[in-house]
Amino acid sequence: MIQWRPVYVICYREFIKFFRERSRLLGTIARPVLWLFVVGNGMASLIKPQTGFSYLQFIFPGMIGMTILFSSIFSSISIVWDREFGFMKEMLVAPISRLSIVIGKAISGTLISVAQAIIILLLIPFLGIHLTIMQFIEVVAVALLVSFCITSLGILIAARLTSFDGFNIIMNFLVMPMLFLSGAMYPVTSLPVVLRRMTLINPLTYGIDAFKHVLLRHSTPPLGPEFPLVQDIAIVTILSIIMLTLAALSFRKKD
Amino acid sequence: MPIISVQNLSKQFKSLTAVDGISFSVNEGEIFGFLGPNGAGKTTTINILCTLLSPSGGKAEIAGFDCTADPDKVRAAIGLIFQDTTLDVGLTAYENLKFHAYLYNLDRKLAEKRIDEMLSVVELQGRKHDLIKNFSGGMKRRLEIARGLLHYPRVLFLDEPTLGLDPQTRSTMWDFINKLRQNEKITVFMTTHYMEEAENCDRIAVIDHGKIIADGAPEKLKQLVRGDMIHIVTSDNKRAAEEIRTGFNLAAREENGGLAVEAEKGEELIPRLIHALSMRTLSVSITKPTLNDVFLKLTGRTIRDEALQDNREVTREFVRSHRRAQR
Repeated sequence: MIQWRPVYVICYREFIKFFRERSRLLGTIARPVLWLFVVGNGMASLIKPQTGFSYLQFIFPGMIGMTILFSSIFSSISIVWDREFGFMKEMLVAPISRLSIVIGKAISGTLISVAQAIIILLLIPFLGIHLTIMQFIEVVAVALLVSFCITSLGILIAARLTSFDGFNIIMNFLVMPMLFLSGAMYPVTSLPVVLRRMTLINPLTYGIDAFKHVLLRHSTPPLGPEFPLVQDIAIVTILSIIMLTLAALSFRKKD
Repeated sequence: MPIISVQNLSKQFKSLTAVDGISFSVNEGEIFGFLGPNGAGKTTTINILCTLLSPSGGKAEIAGFDCTADPDKVRAAIGLIFQDTTLDVGLTAYENLKFHAYLYNLDRKLAEKRIDEMLSVVELQGRKHDLIKNFSGGMKRRLEIARGLLHYPRVLFLDEPTLGLDPQTRSTMWDFINKLRQNEKITVFMTTHYMEEAENCDRIAVIDHGKIIADGAPEKLKQLVRGDMIHIVTSDNKRAAEEIRTGFNLAAREENGGLAVEAEKGEELIPRLIHALSMRTLSVSITKPTLNDVFLKLTGRTIRDEALQDNREVTREFVRSHRRAQR
């Protein structure tokens, strides 16, 4: 069902393009850096968290989540580019299963997101946060899972998006709300009921909660993690599988 | 056994019948042309044959495999060159070919060997590591052909292979396709709305409004037109038409400010015509029949009129179906 040589070459292509297009790399890294150093410092003077750590430390898990969110969505949106420029046809007429295409895009998108999350992690010394090697490994492990989930979501959307015009709609009505309703920038436990419910169906909420488990280990809600780690991981995993399956199915459809 | 066999194939898009019960077969090693105006159903047929679209009815088989039931086997047997370029312009020639080779499950060693072999066939070995961005239209087309042949397909589909190319590149392309056919035992299935191009084919099917209205070798099709076309301009075309009708028993159609007369052995008729007409003859020209005349004869329209006029709606529908097909 899955042919690995095609999966490998789909990833190979994405990596080449990722390293060749420097502006994309710069863009996804610049955003969290701006947040951390500019907005983070600005807000820090306004908000004084009670529990002995800074606002910067509080938003750090969220910034890793944000990096992954944007990177994963951008990676999977490449499917829409491929379609616009005809390259998708090259894959669709090849004797490979649609699942192989989806898996190839999912793996490459995931690894590219994790690579960017790691770059953000390297900023840690400048933020006055201490991280053990174990924590570092745990963050990377969670990043893999969360990236896979968001990339799968992106592929599912891209599979249904027929033109690039839809991209702005996705950014404004999906990606930004996902970011704002995830607990990345402020605690979401005390939001109005409707918004609060939306945070609960947002996969990124659980991803960022898992990052908080690793990075804000000893804090409690509203600033620290609010769900058990096992629950976070279970939800993200289940959502990934569902979305990837749906994506593969919508690729198979033809007139 | 024919390598492509199509029986009663049809495709419906909502209210539009793009392909309307066509049947044809192509033998191994043939160059087979699908000739027709834009929106006649050429691309839809190709998309069905290459498994991008499911037919609404009928049956299509390539190399003995059913296009609907066995799509992967069909895909492995065919190579495609689409109307619009499907190269990744952000990659090099080598990277594009490697991508293709691995999609078709060639191992690394074989892939490297084939890439070098095909690059030299299309005379691009010097540009192996250049980005496609910097390639000219003709070079892109050549590279696409190299890519389409990399996995040694038995049938090569060319959808309007020379669209948008300048005449010089177009003729180089044809030299190349002919050379290819001599060296490899490959079947070529192509669509075109260029009459001149269709003349390169061994066999042509003329398609219009989703139906095949004629098929055969170009020479045979040209025999459908009775003979040569004489275009004559006189000082009084109306009266001249009347005189040609009565004096020679030939139909004269008014066209481009003159008269078009269809006749056998036109070069012998011209002196007699000029001699017999009572008015002054301003100019005479003679054209041997082309496939354009065949199309005109069969449909009453020229292929280019059709492309421009009443088919806008059909074209739009095709664009839509095209997009859907890519999903």
